[in-house]
Amino acid sequence: MADDFSPSTLIFAATLLASLSGTPMLLCRLLPPSRAQLLSTVLMLSASITGLSGALLALISGKTEHFQLPLSLPFGSGEVGVDPITAWFLLPVFLITGSAALYGRAYWNADKFPETVCKITFFFGLMSGFMSAVTLARDGITFLFFWEIMALAAYFLVATEDKKPEVNSAATLYMITTHIGTLALFALFPLLALAAGSWLFPDAGSLDATSTLATSLFFVSLFGFGMKAGIMPLHIWLPSAHANAPSHISAVMSGVMLKVGVYGIVRTLSFFHGFPLWWGIILLLAGAVSALAAVLFAIAQHDLKRLLAYHSIENIGIIFMGLGVALIGCSTSSPAIVMLGTAGALLHILNHATFKALLFMGAGSVVHATGTRRIDLMGGAARFLPYTALFFGVGAVAICGLPPLNGFVSELMIYIGLFRGIQGSGVAAAADALAIPALALVGGLAVACFVKVYGIVFLGTARSEEHTAHHEAGWQMLLPMGLLAAICFIIGSAPALLGDMLQRASSEVFPSALESGIRLVSLVPLPTLSFVAAALMLMIILLALWYRRTTLKSSRSDSVTWGCGYRRPTARMQYTASSFAEILTGLFAFLLKPEISKPDIAKGMFPPSADFHNHAPEVVLELIYTPLLERLYQRFLPIRRLQNGILQQYVLYILITLVLLFMSDYL
Amino acid sequence: MITIADQLLVLVLLINFVVLGTSRLIFSIRAVAVQGVILGVLPALIHPFSWHLVGIISMILVTKGVVIPMMLSRAMRSAEIKREAEPYLGYVPTLLLGAVFTALSFGFAGKLPMLAEHQNYIFVPASMATLMAGFLILTTRRKAISQVIGYLVLENGIFIFGLLLADAMPIMVEAGALLDLLVGTFVMGIVINYISREFASLDTSRLTSLKEE
Repeated sequence: MADDFSPSTLIFAATLLASLSGTPMLLCRLLPPSRAQLLSTVLMLSASITGLSGALLALISGKTEHFQLPLSLPFGSGEVGVDPITAWFLLPVFLITGSAALYGRAYWNADKFPETVCKITFFFGLMSGFMSAVTLARDGITFLFFWEIMALAAYFLVATEDKKPEVNSAATLYMITTHIGTLALFALFPLLALAAGSWLFPDAGSLDATSTLATSLFFVSLFGFGMKAGIMPLHIWLPSAHANAPSHISAVMSGVMLKVGVYGIVRTLSFFHGFPLWWGIILLLAGAVSALAAVLFAIAQHDLKRLLAYHSIENIGIIFMGLGVALIGCSTSSPAIVMLGTAGALLHILNHATFKALLFMGAGSVVHATGTRRIDLMGGAARFLPYTALFFGVGAVAICGLPPLNGFVSELMIYIGLFRGIQGSGVAAAADALAIPALALVGGLAVACFVKVYGIVFLGTARSEEHTAHHEAGWQMLLPMGLLAAICFIIGSAPALLGDMLQRASSEVFPSALESGIRLVSLVPLPTLSFVAAALMLMIILLALWYRRTTLKSSRSDSVTWGCGYRRPTARMQYTASSFAEILTGLFAFLLKPEISKPDIAKGMFPPSADFHNHAPEVVLELIYTPLLERLYQRFLPIRRLQNGILQQYVLYILITLVLLFMSDYL
Repeated sequence: MITIADQLLVLVLLINFVVLGTSRLIFSIRAVAVQGVILGVLPALIHPFSWHLVGIISMILVTKGVVIPMMLSRAMRSAEIKREAEPYLGYVPTLLLGAVFTALSFGFAGKLPMLAEHQNYIFVPASMATLMAGFLILTTRRKAISQVIGYLVLENGIFIFGLLLADAMPIMVEAGALLDLLVGTFVMGIVINYISREFASLDTSRLTSLKEE
C-alpha cells in the first residue's frame, strides 16, 4: 500500500458508489428489473463494506483531513473532510444501509413490486450516499446541498406506496416538517458564517458560547436538527412516516437518518467552548422529556411499526441526555463527566442504529408473514418464525438497555456520568439528580413495552387464520438481522473493542474540555463488563439446561397460552396489547389522552353484541399543532385572497410594486 | 439624426396607446409588429455603421416584423379566437392609466443620474412608458393571446433601454434575447392552443381552477 493512502479515499469512493447504486434500475430497457435489483444490491453492499473499512481505518488512525471541492460557488469553494466524529457517524450509516439493501432485495423484490422497485432502489441509494455526504461536508453551503438531497430522497422513499392515502399524508407531513427544519438551517449557516467569518466550518472549540450569537445558533440548530432527529415536540412526522414506509426504509430512516440530525447538533456543539450551564440543562431536559413521553406513547400503540417509531424518539431522547450530561460536565469543568456523557451518547447512536434497524427488520418480517401491522391481530409468530423471533428478541432486550447487550453499555456510561455529576454542587448536580430517575423510569417502561410486543406478537397462539404467520423469511432477510443481532451482542459483551475509537471521537467533540487526556477506560470498567456479560450468559445457559431437563421429565399437554383456566378457551381470549397496556395507559391518561369507546354490557337481560376499541392519538400533532394551524389559517384567510389564481392579478402586484418604487422617488 | 430618433420614439409611444385602446386583436398584433420594426430601425440612426449592427437590425426586423406576427395570427386562426380583446378594465380607463404612467415615467427619468450624452434623449422615459404599457396590457386583458401581446410590448420597452448600450452589447447577447422572445412566443402559441382545447375557451381567468384550495 502506498504511503499517501488515506482512509478518506475509501470513504469517498463508498459515498459515490452508494449514491449511484440505484442507477441500474434506470436502465430498465437494457436490464430486467430483477437483474438490475441484484446489481444495485451488490453495488450497495460493496459501498457498505468499503465505507465501513474506510470509517474504521479513519477511526483507528484518528487523522483529520480536509479536501477542497473544485466548485465555483458564490460563497467560496466547498470543502469536505474526514475526522473521527464523521468516521464514527459513518459506522452506522454504512452498516445499516448495507444490511437494509440486502434485506430489501427479498422484502421488496422486483418480481413482487414491479411498479415501485425502481423508485425505491434508486432513492435508497441516493439517500444512503448523501447521508454519508452530509457528515463529510465542511462548509455550510455544501452541507445544505447534501442535506436537502438526503431529505428529498427520503421523501420519495416514504411515499413508495403513494397510491394509499395514509402513506401520502405521512409523506406530506414529512415533507412539511423536513422543510421547516431546513428553513432553520438556512438561518443557522449564515449565522455561523457571521460568527466564524467564513462559510467554512470553524475549528472545533473556536467559538465563544457565551455570546448572544452563540445562543441563537444553539437554539436554531436545536430546532433545525432536532426536527430531523425527532426530539419532542418536533417529532410529529416520525411515527406516521416510519409506520408507512417499507420496513427496510424505516430501519434506515430510524437507524441512520435521525442520527444525521444528531450529527448536526454534535457538529454544531463542537464549534464552541465555554458552555453556559443552561445549554446542558436544556439538552438534558429535552432528552428526558422526549425519552419519557415517547416511551409512554409507545406503550399505547397498536401498530407494531408505529410503536417502534416512538421508541426511536425515546432513544434519541437518551442520546440527548448523554449530550446534556457532557455539556453540564463542560460548564462545571469536570472532564470525566464530559467524557462519559459524550462517549455514552456516541455509543448509543451506534447501538440504537443497530438494534432499531434489527427491530424494524424483524417487524418487517412479521408484517410480511402476517399481512398486518396491528399487534392485536398477530400472535404465536414464534412458532413459524423461529429465527425472526430470536433476532427480534435480541433487539428487544438490547433496546431495553439490559445486559449483556449493547444498549446496556451506552446507558451505563450515561448513568455513571450522571452519578458523578451528583457529587458536584448547585444546579448542575440537581439536574443530574433529577435525570437519573427519569432515565431509570424510561428503562423500566421500555421493558414493559417490549414484554407486551414480544408476548403478544411472538408468544401465545395465532388469533385468526387470516393473519397467521406461516412462512419464515428467506436468508436475505435473516442474514442482515443475524448480523445486526451479532453486533448487538459483540458490543454488549466486549465493549473494550470500541473503547479507543470512542475515545478519539469523543475528544474531537469537546477538545477544549478533554485536553487533560482523561481515558475512557479508566472511567468505565469495560473489561469487567465483558466478564459480567460472560457470567450472565453462562447463567442463562445453565438455567435453560436445567429448565429443559425438568420439563422433559414432567408430562405435557397442549393448551392455549393464557387460557386462564377456562375449559374451552379460544385464541381470542388471550391477552391483547390493549389489555396488557391498560394499566399504564390509564395511569398516564392525562398525557396520552386515549380515545376509548367502551361497550355497555350491563344493559338488558341479554346483552347485545358490543365492541371495544381504543386509540392513542399523536397528542402533540392532533391536539396542539393541528388546532393551532387551523386557527392561524382562519385568522389569515383575508390575506389568502391575495393568492386567487388569476394571472393578471399577479402581474398587477408586480406593477403596483414598480409604480410604488417610482413614486417613492417623489416622496 | 437624434431628432429623427426622438420622433420615432414618440411614434412608439403612440403605438402603445393604440394597443391599449383598440378592441381588435388583429389590429393590436399588427401595431406591435410596426412597433418592433420601428425599434429595429432605431439603432441604425443612433450608432455608426458596423456589420454587427446590420446583423442585429436584420434579425430584429425578421423576428419582430414577420415571424412573431405570423405566429400570432396563425394561433388566432387555429384556436378560433374571437376578435375582441375582452378587457377586465374598459378601454378608456386603460388609456387614461397609460397616460398617467407615461407622465410618471417622464418625471422619474428626469431624476435618474445619467451620462451627459444620454441626458437629452427620450430613450429612458420612452422605455419606461412602454414597459408600463406592457404591464397594463398584461393586467387588464383576459385572453391568453393578449398576454402574449403584453409581453411583446414589455420586451420592446426593455429593448429601448438596451439601445443605449447597443455598442457595448455583444451580438451573442442580442441574439440570445431575440431567441428568448421567439421561443417565448412559440411556447405561448402552443400554450394557447392547449388552453383552448382543455377549457374550450382562451379566457385565462379560467386558470383559477388550477389554484390550490
